[in-house]
Amino acid sequence: MSTQSLIYLFVGLSFALYIGIAVLSRARSTGDFYVAGGHVHPVVNGMATAADWMSAASFLSMAGIIAFSGYDGSVYLMGWTGGFVLLALLLAPYLRKFGQFTVPDFIGARYYSKAARVVAVVCLIIISFTYIAGQMRGVGIVFARFLDVSVDLGVIFGMAIVFVYAVLGGMKGITYTQVAQYCVLIFAYLVPAFFISFLATGNPLPQIGLGSHLNDGSGLYALQKLDMVLQDLGFGAYTSGTKSTVDVFAITLALMVGTAGLPHVIVRFFTVPKASAARISAGWALVFIALLYTTAPAVGAFARLNFVQSVEEQAYPSSPEWFRNWEANDLIAWRDKNGDGKMQYRPGDAFEGTPIYTEEATGPSGERLLDNAATKNENEVYVDRDIMVLANPEIAKLPGWVIALVAAGGLAAALSTAAGLLLVISSAVSHDLLKKTFHPDVSERQELAAARLAATAAVLIAGYLGIYPPGWVAQVVAFAFGIAAATLFPAIFMGIFSKRMNREGAIAGMLVGLVFTIAYIGWFKLWNPAANVADNWLLGISPEGIGSIGMVLNFAVALSVSAFTRPVPADVQDLVEAIRIPRGAGAATGH
Amino acid sequence: MDENEAERARAYWRANLRLVGSLLAIWFACSFGAGIVLREWLDQWRIGGYPLGFWFAQQGSIYIFLVLIFAYVVLARRIDRKFGVED
Repeated sequence: MSTQSLIYLFVGLSFALYIGIAVLSRARSTGDFYVAGGHVHPVVNGMATAADWMSAASFLSMAGIIAFSGYDGSVYLMGWTGGFVLLALLLAPYLRKFGQFTVPDFIGARYYSKAARVVAVVCLIIISFTYIAGQMRGVGIVFARFLDVSVDLGVIFGMAIVFVYAVLGGMKGITYTQVAQYCVLIFAYLVPAFFISFLATGNPLPQIGLGSHLNDGSGLYALQKLDMVLQDLGFGAYTSGTKSTVDVFAITLALMVGTAGLPHVIVRFFTVPKASAARISAGWALVFIALLYTTAPAVGAFARLNFVQSVEEQAYPSSPEWFRNWEANDLIAWRDKNGDGKMQYRPGDAFEGTPIYTEEATGPSGERLLDNAATKNENEVYVDRDIMVLANPEIAKLPGWVIALVAAGGLAAALSTAAGLLLVISSAVSHDLLKKTFHPDVSERQELAAARLAATAAVLIAGYLGIYPPGWVAQVVAFAFGIAAATLFPAIFMGIFSKRMNREGAIAGMLVGLVFTIAYIGWFKLWNPAANVADNWLLGISPEGIGSIGMVLNFAVALSVSAFTRPVPADVQDLVEAIRIPRGAGAATGH
Repeated sequence: MDENEAERARAYWRANLRLVGSLLAIWFACSFGAGIVLREWLDQWRIGGYPLGFWFAQQGSIYIFLVLIFAYVVLARRIDRKFGVED
């Protein structure tokens, strides 16, 4: 069977599976729709959380980022896993004990205020839409590369699938499809990684392989060889990195705290039966996530090594087939600056911006010509780092079914995250805004209908953002984590660990965190990107890491405001006492 | 809640804070300490082919995070039982 038909087969089968599960697990009540009835087994929830959490960025982009930034990529590895420690130790069990449906539910009740609830809803919606636009784009890119349809049609397919299981099944449908999607995506990630590690080092376990000797007869460790090869070409050592220590520190912190504050992740812990189950479920989630996250550094490093070795000083006509495939997809380019017909891969950009190909024109070696202004350095090769995971099976010359598997896995990663995000958006609208703020007298049936309607609207908006991505989408993933770190995390944390934090303090803290973080990221990423250099950054912290300062500001403002305003009412203090104790989980509140 | 029960709840909370505090100290030390601030210094040693600080940043801290959560699961359950507040 050809690779192309295998891809159709694998993707078709996986989609049929997701829809089948959705039909079997339809939501019948708001409890089903928002939190899957609150009876999900901790291991099942852990797996669903892993799929929910690992997005198109984890599956497709992370290994590529690590491949091209080496040590600097550690911020994602530590940041996106360390957050689960915070979640397990500081938030999940208490929020489960509190026992309602949404994150704004907690903030609204703990800070005895509709205003606090609405501020939380605003933060949640900004975070979730920023995130979801990237997921739909990821779906479109996989479709375009592997299924020979346009990006737009791919997005529409993706929307239709998510629509079926998120709108019908709610959290219940999403939970069980996410379990299936986790299995697809982790299998798709690990299989090529085993092959690649085995080919390079003779050890199939990538975590060990990356620390082993290469079997190319050089007698060098894989990382030693990579450091040497890159330094010979003028790059920095792979294992050193280029970001400043303070920036690495701030980015890691913002990603960790942001992870713990992401509503679509937190809400997964509302679905388990009790507080102690929430603790263990966070542990399982990290087990399933760590399988991918400890593999990614090896995938990245071997991909970089394979890439350099198959490109450097290679004459274009004898370049590997994948090189020309991806060039045809606009994601690789070569400009023969010195006219020797061979590709030189060096530091710096080969030309300015992303490639703009001259229509139909090819150069003397057969390469596609470019209109971009040339740069003065010696680098001749442009490569989009997002292709590394997708191109890996081809670079390592793996069989067609592995390529098909990777396509299905990339779609599973993007769809599962999109569905989780759609759910928190729709429950924020139907539950927090409609039921709890503006129309407390709606019946349960009306609320469920409103939730489905809101999910439908959110799918359409997400699809629109996927088809017409605002130029800033790729630029502002930092928004989602930064805002979560600077708003929701501190508010929830203080709500549990401080009995004295009051309404005024929490609202002031969230607003300051929100405005500061948006302003800082917006200034450097959207309004004045030219100024985005280390010299202009506050304390040397890049926009990616500024959420950690936003968090500190939130804490500082909240603590000072609460010291000068009215104390917390006695019944809310009782509520805090009640959520701190595991016994009695299931009761909605302590009074 | 009567006075006894309230006192027990406070003692439970103090024990819980001590546990969470010590686990977070390890969490901080392995990631921000070994993986970031002390990384260059630790890189003078190797673990297999990995420079040690690099290993902490890209592998070790993740394994330690896992151990921390499961240690919390076990130790927190023990405290819950000791104070009679398990769910």
